[in-house]
Amino acid sequence: MRSTGSRNRTHRAVATTAVLLAGAVVLTACGGGNDGNSGDRGGSSAPSGGGVRLPDLKGQTLEVAAVWTGPEQENFTKVLDAFTERTGAKVDFVPTGNNTSTFLGTRIEGGKPPDVAFLPQVGVLHQFAQKGWLKPLGAAARAQSEKNFAKGWQELGAWKGTRYGIYAKAANKSLIWYNTKAFEAAGISGTPATWKDFLSTAQTLSDSGSPAVSVGGADGWTLTDWFENVYLSQAGPEKYDRLAAHEIKWTDPSVTDALTTLAQLWGKDDLLAGGRKGALNTEFPKSVTQVFSGGAPAAMVYEGDFVTANINADTKAELGTDAKVFPFPAVGAKAPVVSGGDVAVALKGGQGAQALLTFLASADAARIWAAQGGFISPNKALDPAAYKDDVTRTIAKALVSAGDGFRFDMSDQAPAAFGGTQGIGEWKDLQDFLRDPGDVAGTQKKLEADAAKAYGSG
Amino acid sequence: MASVAHTEGAGAAPAPAPHRRARVTGTRRRWAVVFLLPALVLLGALVVYPIGYSLWRSLYDADGSGFVGLGNYADVFSDRATLTAVRNTAIWVAVAPALVTALGLVFAVLTERVRWGTAFKLVVFMPMAISMLAAGIIFRLVYEQDPAQGVANAVARSVHDTFVSSSVYPNARPNAAVSDLRASGGGSFTTKGTVRAGTPALLPLVGIAPGRLPGAPEEARAASGPGVTGTVWLDFVPGGGGTKGRIDPGERALKGVTVEAVRDGRAVASARTAADGTFTLPASADGARLRLPGADFAAPYGGIDWLGPALVTPAIIGSYVWMWAGFAMVLIAAGLAGVDRNLLEAARVDGANEWQVFRRVTVPLLAPVLTVVLVTLMINVMKVFDLVYIIAPQPSQDDANVLALQLFLSSFGGGGNYGVGSAIGVVLLVLVAPVMYVNIRRLRRERRP
Repeated sequence: MRSTGSRNRTHRAVATTAVLLAGAVVLTACGGGNDGNSGDRGGSSAPSGGGVRLPDLKGQTLEVAAVWTGPEQENFTKVLDAFTERTGAKVDFVPTGNNTSTFLGTRIEGGKPPDVAFLPQVGVLHQFAQKGWLKPLGAAARAQSEKNFAKGWQELGAWKGTRYGIYAKAANKSLIWYNTKAFEAAGISGTPATWKDFLSTAQTLSDSGSPAVSVGGADGWTLTDWFENVYLSQAGPEKYDRLAAHEIKWTDPSVTDALTTLAQLWGKDDLLAGGRKGALNTEFPKSVTQVFSGGAPAAMVYEGDFVTANINADTKAELGTDAKVFPFPAVGAKAPVVSGGDVAVALKGGQGAQALLTFLASADAARIWAAQGGFISPNKALDPAAYKDDVTRTIAKALVSAGDGFRFDMSDQAPAAFGGTQGIGEWKDLQDFLRDPGDVAGTQKKLEADAAKAYGSG
Repeated sequence: MASVAHTEGAGAAPAPAPHRRARVTGTRRRWAVVFLLPALVLLGALVVYPIGYSLWRSLYDADGSGFVGLGNYADVFSDRATLTAVRNTAIWVAVAPALVTALGLVFAVLTERVRWGTAFKLVVFMPMAISMLAAGIIFRLVYEQDPAQGVANAVARSVHDTFVSSSVYPNARPNAAVSDLRASGGGSFTTKGTVRAGTPALLPLVGIAPGRLPGAPEEARAASGPGVTGTVWLDFVPGGGGTKGRIDPGERALKGVTVEAVRDGRAVASARTAADGTFTLPASADGARLRLPGADFAAPYGGIDWLGPALVTPAIIGSYVWMWAGFAMVLIAAGLAGVDRNLLEAARVDGANEWQVFRRVTVPLLAPVLTVVLVTLMINVMKVFDLVYIIAPQPSQDDANVLALQLFLSSFGGGGNYGVGSAIGVVLLVLVAPVMYVNIRRLRRERRP
């Protein structure tokens, strides 16, 4: 009696163990590489359509990760659709969220990187290349890149002499967008070319009853862009490069000057839409919409060319008539040209990723993308006629013709912990500065402490 | 159920009973091991190994290649952000569980006595069914600054506006370049010079769009006459033009603005502007300064800055209380159901009032349940992450930081420093351990016959 009972229990125990083990095996299998598209199909080149030659990738599935959402994502999807049409490969888009490097880092360490990713910061490219996570450009992609891009852009996509990335999408971040009706109502005919004029224009606008400048202070990156424009124009490109490399400290007098200049605007609640408190509660998309829609719109908003995407999608304002743009005013001798860009890199080997990079480096892809609006390419081979509107065309021409005179976004060159992460580093320190623009020295001290930490470890 | 709890409570040590029997049959111990194996494997893989690995990892640098000893711990306790996180976690542990338990107790005791008690309980418990993430998004909206969107500020504003009437010309201000009106505290503006009878004063204001003046404002008119007079008007022609500081055609009058004559800091006379912007003060105002009191220009009340640096932690604790009060209430109500009614009745018969019954009988009888709820919540609060991560906006995330969030930020939030992240994880474990110990000891004591 007793023995049978115990045997029964034994059977059950063994069965349970077996089930559990089986479960564990299944789980491991799921967790491990489940690539679906492993094994190169190796179809040789089958040119379809004009322009760049792409291999046949029928049956493959590629994954592309980038930070874009909403209208920006939709526009990019059109480019991916064209790639699918040409090669037969299915392409899935994965939004990375604001912390691109974190998202990708976890995916890579987990053994499931996307095939191609767009990195929004040069600093991240360097960091990833250093860790050996990037695959160098293949011959075809290299050829396209050399044919279509200025040397400055090619070098920005390289690390220690090896080319990794394609700057398929660039940004001109030295623009101020304004509501033409607000300017008319205030009786302002010309656009300001110097910082002094800019401030008096803002004062006039404020006197006329429209909030003068909309600042998207809830997003730290818009504030770093403000700082960079002022600094580049005031301190000059050499100092700019040295500060970007952290060769001079953030406690440098040139930084004091730049922050003091910024405080002339940020310190005046009358000039900011919603005052400082309102600015800190305004995300970037809202900073655009509150200039070009609503009953009591603000007059001006600073940001890069990508503002057009928000204007087109979220407001009824017509680019070129209701919404116009002028270059960031010169604080020092010359007006600044700060640029940014998203660099496409391959995180996985194989033909698919390289083919997509080749396509992205081509004028064909740029043409499709440009037709959507909200996009600027540093691609020399792209015919400016492809741009959707005159405003974008002018901005793009300015960027391409700047040649090597542009400077890349400083916070994008910094390690992500300093210049690319919400809630910490430069983003947070400048938000604190916007909250309390009187504290220039304290802000510099915090910036230097955070920079020293980030540059030291990264 | 009881034996399972016992095994858990006793940790990895197997129950003593099989041991004694094993000596009798000999094969029993082997079977005990087989039975325990699945649980041990899972516990080992999912609990013991990660703890051990975190300990080991916390001694290495960001890459995991260089041994740094206790360097990461030194970093943790010297970093500004982490210290804020430690302080905030302490606030959370001190405030949130106590608040939730107290509220749960009140709800549980009161719902016993109302007719619709079950329905009320259901409503209070409902937030538990919402995920932390969803609750976070809900409260992000509740605390929205704009009173048109955030319900908290909508309430704050309607309360405020009940007691303080809103101004006629919000945000209007003197045109500093052409007028001698200067801010004189409290939102008021006072002239630097004095007014003379027979010389009309010009008080130009700007900062309001001409199209958004209330009513149908008349054109401004220059005052005239022998008395102490002047004009208050909006010194802005739509479309620009005109001379600043002069009453140009097309410029609008500001009606109903109070003008005070001030001598030695005291108002000696006061008047209101007419529909054409003019005002006339009595002769006694001759030689006084003119003041425009701030009440006419106060900006509309913007509500409370819930998610600003000062209030963000209390605001998030508020949302946590909203979520967990139901949990506490249900557990305490269950405990309450087990309380012997006779004891309460006896106390009442002895002449105790309801407060005394509650304070001296109900609460002591409920003490074990209250401890369970409090300890469970303490452990829960120490690892709070999602609410803080979602509700705190970027500019004040630092001020709302808690240890679990700091752990996430330093490991995955840009820095990618798993060493420091692991160190914070270990610190968190050390902090939770005493609470766990108390809990386990109490469980064991309870099981003892």
